[in-house]
Amino acid sequence: MPAAEQVSSARMVMAMAGIGILSGILLVATYIGTLPAIERNKAAALERAIFDVIPGGASKVTFARDGEKLRPLAEGEAAAVRYHAAYDEDGALAGVAIEAQGQGFADVLKVLYGYSPDCRCIVGFKVLESKETPGLGDKIETDSAFTANFEALDVSLDESGGAIANPIVFAKPGQKSQAWQIEGITGATISSKAVTRILHESTADVVIFLERNLQVLRDGSSSSLVAKSN
Amino acid sequence: MAAPAASLQKVTEASSADTFLKGLWEENPVFVMLLGMCPVLAVTNSVINALAIGLASTFVLLLSSTIVSLAQKLIPKQVRIASYILIIASFVTVTEYLLQALSYEIHKALGAFIALIVVNCMILGRAEAFASRNSVGKAALDALGMGAGFTLACLSLGSVRELLGNGSLAGIPVFGPNFEPWIIMILPPGAFFVLGLWLLLFNWLRERREAQVE
Repeated sequence: MPAAEQVSSARMVMAMAGIGILSGILLVATYIGTLPAIERNKAAALERAIFDVIPGGASKVTFARDGEKLRPLAEGEAAAVRYHAAYDEDGALAGVAIEAQGQGFADVLKVLYGYSPDCRCIVGFKVLESKETPGLGDKIETDSAFTANFEALDVSLDESGGAIANPIVFAKPGQKSQAWQIEGITGATISSKAVTRILHESTADVVIFLERNLQVLRDGSSSSLVAKSN
Repeated sequence: MAAPAASLQKVTEASSADTFLKGLWEENPVFVMLLGMCPVLAVTNSVINALAIGLASTFVLLLSSTIVSLAQKLIPKQVRIASYILIIASFVTVTEYLLQALSYEIHKALGAFIALIVVNCMILGRAEAFASRNSVGKAALDALGMGAGFTLACLSLGSVRELLGNGSLAGIPVFGPNFEPWIIMILPPGAFFVLGLWLLLFNWLRERREAQVE
């Protein structure tokens, strides 16, 4: 390459600054232009997941947890701990979707599960985020025998109402005998144990809390914040 | 480095069709120049992912080559690389937002690899070696050809890996329920195996053709 002719520093700075300013304008325009669609996509993905884990859900209200109290959240409002109550066609509480997370085999596993106060059991389960090994650990999402664990997983409270009568435990593949056991998957032992642990820890606190605030949840369907499924 | 100089000489005299076609075969960024290996190996575990990363890279390559070619007189030589990276990074971020707006699922599947298009040396390489020395039309054609070659290569890997590792093509089961997936193919080692076999095939075909010419 021939030697570049001498260029003043001012021209270099101007060229860089010019490109920088144009890039900035382009990025801001794209961000503003795509933001509504991106937020819509995220909300739709969460909504689909909620109605996936609560069979019979037709509308939902999201609640925030403030210490020992529940309050309905306005749309778009953020909260540290959220529970999504789903209601059936008649406005009766069909279940509550709860987000939980914990260490999986690779990175953090984020899951969503549905709790039904009628059967006092978990009625649905979905992995929101995972980096489990494709073909092995990700069987927690795809294996139908494993997902069948969450059709009616017993988490009923004991007589005092202060603890779960039979906390969720892990069972080896083919050895599930109780309604509160999660049957593991061959080839995905660590991932299925991780799911068991996440649900065990989450339900120990959340189910008791939800049972105490059941009336608030049931009344939620009459609030003005109900979002219909579409 | 006699070979690139010779091919550059050839490029300057090439017709529009050749400018486009050389990216597909003669100078295929993946199979011949071995550029952009990171996304090629990392996200080609399914046809859909391979297609998405290929098209996203092509989009960034086309836009940044066009802009680099348009601005070739305005950018002083001393700061050209920094300027190219700034231009490329901007279009990558634009692509990331657009993809997120189009499909949340595909964006999630590709993870950090959309952002990593910035450091795909194929794009910086074309900006430096071609777009900054040629007219806008030629730069755009070259970018389209290289992008098509890159997408084709990603698809070649993605289809073989998904077929063997998951028994499906673009999510549609091919082999029926009794097929035992060859899981290693959708794991990182599978990427190296499949790439190695494609390179073997490409080199064998080229050597055979060269032998015939002689």
